[in-house]
Amino acid sequence: MRRLFAAAIVRELRLALRHAGDSLAAVLFFALAAALFPLALGPGPALLARMATGTVWVLALLAALLPLERLYGADHEDGGLDELLAAGLPAPAIAAAKMLTHWLACGVPVIAASVPVQVMLGAAPTPVGLAALALGTLCLSLIGGVAACVSLGARRGTLLLPLLALPLATAPLIFGAAAADAARLGLDATSDLALLAAFLCAALPVCPLAAGLALREG
Amino acid sequence: MGEGLVEGIPRRRGSRHAVTTDPPKRAPSPEPMPPELTTTAVPATGWLHRYAHPGRFLRLGATVQPWLSAAGLILTLAGLGWGLFIAPADWQQGDAVRIMYVHVPAAWLASAAYLALAACGFASLVWRHPLADLAAVEIGPVGAGVTALCLASGSLWGRPMWGAWWVWDARLTSVLVLFFLFLGHVVLVRSFDDPARGARSAAILALVGVLDLPIIKFSVQWWNTLHQPDSITLTAAPAMSLSMLWPLLVTALGFSFGFAAIVVARVRAAILEQRVRVAMQRRARMAER
Repeated sequence: MRRLFAAAIVRELRLALRHAGDSLAAVLFFALAAALFPLALGPGPALLARMATGTVWVLALLAALLPLERLYGADHEDGGLDELLAAGLPAPAIAAAKMLTHWLACGVPVIAASVPVQVMLGAAPTPVGLAALALGTLCLSLIGGVAACVSLGARRGTLLLPLLALPLATAPLIFGAAAADAARLGLDATSDLALLAAFLCAALPVCPLAAGLALREG
Repeated sequence: MGEGLVEGIPRRRGSRHAVTTDPPKRAPSPEPMPPELTTTAVPATGWLHRYAHPGRFLRLGATVQPWLSAAGLILTLAGLGWGLFIAPADWQQGDAVRIMYVHVPAAWLASAAYLALAACGFASLVWRHPLADLAAVEIGPVGAGVTALCLASGSLWGRPMWGAWWVWDARLTSVLVLFFLFLGHVVLVRSFDDPARGARSAAILALVGVLDLPIIKFSVQWWNTLHQPDSITLTAAPAMSLSMLWPLLVTALGFSFGFAAIVVARVRAAILEQRVRVAMQRRARMAER
């Protein structure tokens, strides 16, 4: 079972590497959209620095939605999902492998890209802020996985994804952005970080189970 | 050889139900309706499952419907009349407080409706009650309407009290999120060609979303912003005068009965609609022969 799970993760990562354009597109979207904010809000450094953390968090949330469609939908369409299920891997494990891949292929590059983006917006990134973003993107990968599995095979599936995933992601967004902002201002971010971690701990078992249920029922 | 993981397995499309240890499922029938909806005799065990049978529900609904509608109408009118004309004005907020008699019951009902949605999802996933699927489809839009009423009345209340139509306070925000959760359910349950698949997906979504309800409940304590803290709790004496609490409770009861009446009517209509569809398909098939 463990070997099957490892093999599934390796398979997902290989697929993600082969279609590197998808993850790259998400990171590109992240950087590009961040560059639009100064254009719309004006180049005043005070306002930009104030908005930098929130901008990065919202854009990370939106960027996480982009690769979901291919990561889950392609396997659903070509029957790969049925093969994986037939191989004896439990559906929640398949979902967990896909969520982990989503984080590695999309979350980690976005975290890396957030460093130059924050510098350009005039807010030096803090270690606590980056840690919060790491926890937050992991939450987003879990929630996005549930949304993607639930809407597999739906008409207008791409349009559905934001409507399903974004409301569920409210809490990590609030706690994560609060923690990162507190760290930027030199305040104590422990409580917000702890709440974010608590949300992650709750989502860690719930999301793969729910997504796996949706995969099996679909 | 990551992609070669399952190469050794013969390609059998759609064979996974035979391999995994799933409970037996309803076979996907060529007709859009599961057969349970058209049969009349079903062995029923236990009080919960007894009324999961659509035919029995239709008969029960026909009896209960007028009573629910009457109770909802009378209690709502009585509570609103009491609250708007008889109950005292607030010493601080003046007559503006009277919008509370619409706002607070709507807020309670919105949370309760989402809870009902999740309960339907649970019954649908665990017992495969066809009626739970139908109820979930029908509760969604009504719940979204109640949540919209709560948001609108809250906005109207906020204008004189806070001087703004909308304030990004914790509870307003979480009700807004609840509204979006309702909308997501409403759209998802209707976006599959196979209605049974839509019902199962929406059931899972509702169960995940119900984890958001405690966040709504405790958001006041967590984020502690402009919104006044709860005045009514089950464990402590109410911080509200009884002269205001009674009409509030009567209105809340009236809203709940009205909600139940609307949902029962919608579910009955949905059952009848499906029976008509099945009958018409049967007639069309007879005509072909």
